[in-house]
Amino acid sequence: MNMSRELVLSLYRSMQRMRQFELRIQQTYRSGVMPGFIHLYVGEEAVAAGVCAHLSREDYVTSTHRGHGHALAKGVPINEAFAEIWGKPTGVNGGRGGSMHIYDPSCGFLGTNGIVAAGIPIATGAAMAASLRDDGHVAVSFFGDGAVNNCAFHEGINLAAALLLPVVFVCENNLYATETPFHRVTRNTDVASRAAAYGIPGISIDGNDVLEVHRVAGEAIARARAGEGPTLIECKTYRPLGHFEGDPGTGYRPKEEIAEWKLRDPIVRLAGAGIKAGVASEAELKDIEQQVEREIEEAYEFARVSPEADAATVSDFVYA
Amino acid sequence: MAEERNIQYVEASVEALQEEMRRDSSIFYIGQGIGQRGGNFKQSKGLWEEFGDRRVRDMPISELGQVGMGVGAAMAGARPVVDIVFLDMIMEAMGQIVEQAATIHYTSNGKFKVPLVVRAAMGSARCTGPHHSRCFYSWFAHIPGLKVVLPSSATDVKGLMKTAIRDDGPVIFIEHKFFYNKKGPVPTGEYAIPFGKANVCRKGKDVTILAMSLMVWHAMEAAERLEKEGISVEVIDPRTIVPFDELALLESVHKTGRLLIVDEAQQFCGFSGEAAAIVSSKAFDSLDAPIRRMGALHTPHPFNPVLEAAMLPSVDGIVAEVRRLVAS
Repeated sequence: MNMSRELVLSLYRSMQRMRQFELRIQQTYRSGVMPGFIHLYVGEEAVAAGVCAHLSREDYVTSTHRGHGHALAKGVPINEAFAEIWGKPTGVNGGRGGSMHIYDPSCGFLGTNGIVAAGIPIATGAAMAASLRDDGHVAVSFFGDGAVNNCAFHEGINLAAALLLPVVFVCENNLYATETPFHRVTRNTDVASRAAAYGIPGISIDGNDVLEVHRVAGEAIARARAGEGPTLIECKTYRPLGHFEGDPGTGYRPKEEIAEWKLRDPIVRLAGAGIKAGVASEAELKDIEQQVEREIEEAYEFARVSPEADAATVSDFVYA
Repeated sequence: MAEERNIQYVEASVEALQEEMRRDSSIFYIGQGIGQRGGNFKQSKGLWEEFGDRRVRDMPISELGQVGMGVGAAMAGARPVVDIVFLDMIMEAMGQIVEQAATIHYTSNGKFKVPLVVRAAMGSARCTGPHHSRCFYSWFAHIPGLKVVLPSSATDVKGLMKTAIRDDGPVIFIEHKFFYNKKGPVPTGEYAIPFGKANVCRKGKDVTILAMSLMVWHAMEAAERLEKEGISVEVIDPRTIVPFDELALLESVHKTGRLLIVDEAQQFCGFSGEAAAIVSSKAFDSLDAPIRRMGALHTPHPFNPVLEAAMLPSVDGIVAEVRRLVAS
């Protein structure tokens, strides 16, 4: 497994950015100044970090309602992302979208999404466009276990497989679709096994091990770029927080289960592995953490001082 | 206009696709049976042979997947045309049309364009029953971000298809099954018909009929019969209901003072209500009689021919309605 110093430090930074960004968002939200509602990605950062490390700005990503991490990992500027979630006109989409509608064509980010599974066929389509141009770009679709029983999963993956398109489907299986345990709503909880139904490779991995995610995603993305078609990757992970901010997340899950998964925190694990392997020191990891802290504080401040939206713009951009 | 030929409506639509696909290599066309077969209605005849599997591709029966693919491809710089074949089946794809295609340009603050054409054929054509006859255009008109096109002639289907493909946003392009093999004059040269510009199909002074798609044909036939009775009917085809050419309708009503709206879709909560509201709020003083509306009855489409005829607006019905309107 690749465990170079460069890789460990860059994945660590990527995950720290997501984690600290979201904890600052959570704090801001709890203070009551942020409108709407938010779904936090805390604890699942290894998936976005490991996968997006292989993507260029020209590659495409579709995301979910729990998509802040994907947005940052794909390159959405952090200040504009913070402001967007706050609904400010300086946000990446002028505050029109908010948490579940973050879009950025400058880095191929095709949107977080309020509709579960909707991003799957959209990623297939982006891959179709790339394939028509023969430009070597790929699309990645992130989605949760809640998406895999939806027709968009079936139709989107089948189409990508039939057309042998350059797309990678990444399931973040955190075991619960909102409050419903996955095993209660399907007879087959082995998400990776479903790939066989479409004639494509499927693989199940520890989604809290960023190095493992990085390795497996790298292979799948290379296959896609080489014209060998899609792969389904199931990343087994967990959401230690509630489904949305405000949901304690405990009523439907055993406390022991939550505690056990907290021990598998992907950031702590990468730090431990890096130090143990002698490729990173505690001091330099701490240094990255502090650099990210400053970056996040700037993002918060950028969003905080941004003006309120101008009501006169409400009907802008309805039609292209 | 330049020279014209008499060709089928469906042939005119294929010409538009063919010419646009030759002009712009980012256009591709997907749908069920539109490849080698050339389309259920011959609506893609010859395209697969010319452009090949990469740009003209048969799809599985996955309406939502196809439209979702169209959305993603459009966001990624392509210009997809997605053929749903029967408009009834578009219901399977509504999430992608309403929640994704229609919202993305707005929500992304204009950063992403979604130049997507969703093409489908609507309407009753000899007892096609409840799953192959529906006219859902009002549903799409209700959704901000979608443009809704209803071409009623061979000339229009070609010119409007070109505009639809060149539009930078999602367009719901609804043809009528009844028209596909009907011939009409089509200019030989290059032309496109702008959205939001109604066609005054027939000039008249006593009554205005606003009609869409097949109902334009019914209205024209009714107008000819009424002419013999000395009633002069103006027939207006909006061509697109989003954007809607309010001005053309209001000008006509200012002139005639009487309005009948004929709609093949169910009347209740349909487009005819919106058109009536526009006229009553903006041209009330010009009206000499209450606005009349005709539409399908509030039932599913029955298969039985007698029941089906009872459910839909007819030429006889339009003639009778206009007579009542003129007498009032």
